[in-house]
Amino acid sequence: MLEFIQTITSGIAVGSSYALMGLAMVLVYKTSEVVNFAQGEMALVVSFFTYMVLENYGFPFYVAFPSALVFAAFLGFFLEFAVLRRAKEPNILGMIIITIGLEMILMGFVSWKFGADPKTMPFPMSPYDSVEIGGVFMSSLEVLTFVVALSVMAILFLFLKYSKLGVAMKATQQNNMAARLMGIRTNRILMVTWGISSVVGGLAGLLISPTTMQPYMMWDPMLKGFAGAVMGGMTSLPGSVFGAYLIGIIENLFGLYVSIEFKSVVAFTIIVLVLCVRPSGLFARHYVKKV
Amino acid sequence: MDMKRDYYEDVQLFSSGVVVFWFAALILCLALFPLFVKNYYVYMANYMAINIIVAVGLNLLVGYTGQISLGHAGFFAIGAYGTVVFMAKAHLPFLLALPAGGLVAALFGFLLGIPALRLEGPYLSIATLGFGLTITQVIGRVELFGGRQGLHTPPLTIGPWHLDSDRDFYYLLMVITVILVLAARNLIKTKVGRAFIAIRDADIAAETMGVNLTYYKTLAFAVSAFYAGIAGGLYAFVLRFIEPEMFGLMMSILFLGMVVVGGLGSIFGGIAGACLLSWLDLELRNILSIPYLGQWLELLSKDYFSITGVSNIQFIVYGLIMVLIMLFEPLGIYGIWIRTKIYWRTWPF
Repeated sequence: MLEFIQTITSGIAVGSSYALMGLAMVLVYKTSEVVNFAQGEMALVVSFFTYMVLENYGFPFYVAFPSALVFAAFLGFFLEFAVLRRAKEPNILGMIIITIGLEMILMGFVSWKFGADPKTMPFPMSPYDSVEIGGVFMSSLEVLTFVVALSVMAILFLFLKYSKLGVAMKATQQNNMAARLMGIRTNRILMVTWGISSVVGGLAGLLISPTTMQPYMMWDPMLKGFAGAVMGGMTSLPGSVFGAYLIGIIENLFGLYVSIEFKSVVAFTIIVLVLCVRPSGLFARHYVKKV
Repeated sequence: MDMKRDYYEDVQLFSSGVVVFWFAALILCLALFPLFVKNYYVYMANYMAINIIVAVGLNLLVGYTGQISLGHAGFFAIGAYGTVVFMAKAHLPFLLALPAGGLVAALFGFLLGIPALRLEGPYLSIATLGFGLTITQVIGRVELFGGRQGLHTPPLTIGPWHLDSDRDFYYLLMVITVILVLAARNLIKTKVGRAFIAIRDADIAAETMGVNLTYYKTLAFAVSAFYAGIAGGLYAFVLRFIEPEMFGLMMSILFLGMVVVGGLGSIFGGIAGACLLSWLDLELRNILSIPYLGQWLELLSKDYFSITGVSNIQFIVYGLIMVLIMLFEPLGIYGIWIRTKIYWRTWPF
């Protein structure tokens, strides 16, 4: 029983970083219908930026982490402004190709700059000391990730519901033309959305980097976060978080009871099965297209 | 000038005698090519031909039917492993094992096509991507497929001939490539091809006009997977060794990149994109030995970047090409070709 609870707990811990990536992708998808495959690599750039600031320039943590988040926001602004906005005839396939291209560019630069060998991120919290809660162990980093994921979700929820900018984002997503006629600068809203999602993704990158730090580290969280978001419906923020946690938990349970070897791919099999039954995910209303 | 006057003019394979002439000239060039060049270029041509087969097949799915696939490396792997296992374990001759491997891939394509019926956009991309990743994981765990160590291909004999050099293999490969490309072009000109295009442009409208969506969408997946499977089977014999790690997500992305760079929805585009990207792939593998540019990059890497990661420049190049093509020429190389043609036809106006 304890083993079961322990597995679920570590599933939740893994799920938290998936949830952050999923949230970031859903934010972009909701406002602009772009599947951002570059999300993971943007987070990668942010964490290597932090590494550089800490290790090469010797700044303290309280300078490095805030500046990393600011950097993340500007990275998002820049990519939207310089690349995504320039697309001539945006369709879904074209946008996927552009973000995949961006992903390759960013990953190429990071691994050219830092080489393929793993690095150690200096972090104020060691990933190896753990906290015991009623016989269940969690590393303090996992606790931190969990807390960050929940608070980011809460902040985003409040932000989208009550702030002026959040309402403008929702309006842009629902009807771009009407929003523009109401005096919302939709272009700028899209840019801000990219910035916010880049910050959320960057947080995930920073929280993953103490355990593993090499150019391929964001592939797995990004794909799993995407899978979780798709499972939740790609348009609902709570749905994506729920899907990400579900994937984390199922993955760990599968690793414990069925086979540890196929642990990393079970998520995708589940995704295909879920999509067979509910083609728009668990939480989104199925959108019926009109001709 | 380009007006079609009746139905048979629309469906014929070659639109005029001039085209037949140029096609014959191309075949002749292809046949004479290995007599005049170094071995390395024959190898490059083989590599290009394989990518052409995949790109043309993928174009049938992405460009003509409008379904995205990020899992084509999975079909490629199935074809490669299928062919090798049929030959090594079931002792089938190559000319039977290759279509058998392709048909196994087509079967998987059909199976993936069933859930894909109801999916589109991000949902379809994650489903196909998951399929590709799962296939390589599964292959890597099965003893019959050699597990993580991979498999060596058996010696290749067709009838009395032993094809053991790149030059011998070249001719076999070219015959298969030409046949498959012509078959794809032919397919597009038939009822099936028009159904594909109708599905791409408006699937609900196509359905109301009597196009059976279930049949044609799964057929598109199966045909595309068959092409990838055949190419995979041939690829195994170009490399003479296969292991599961080769067929990763990066390979699927590259295949998709070839189709997009070449031009969505045109056979010529698939060929051009495959040639360009596979040439770049082979050239950029040893980027430091390129004259002038290599030395400059070496200095640059030593000063500002790391020398161990210099091979990753190829990803930057691919990414840039994909982004720039999408931003400035959404029809790819085919679009550039069309524009140049129109420019010269109406020159000097």
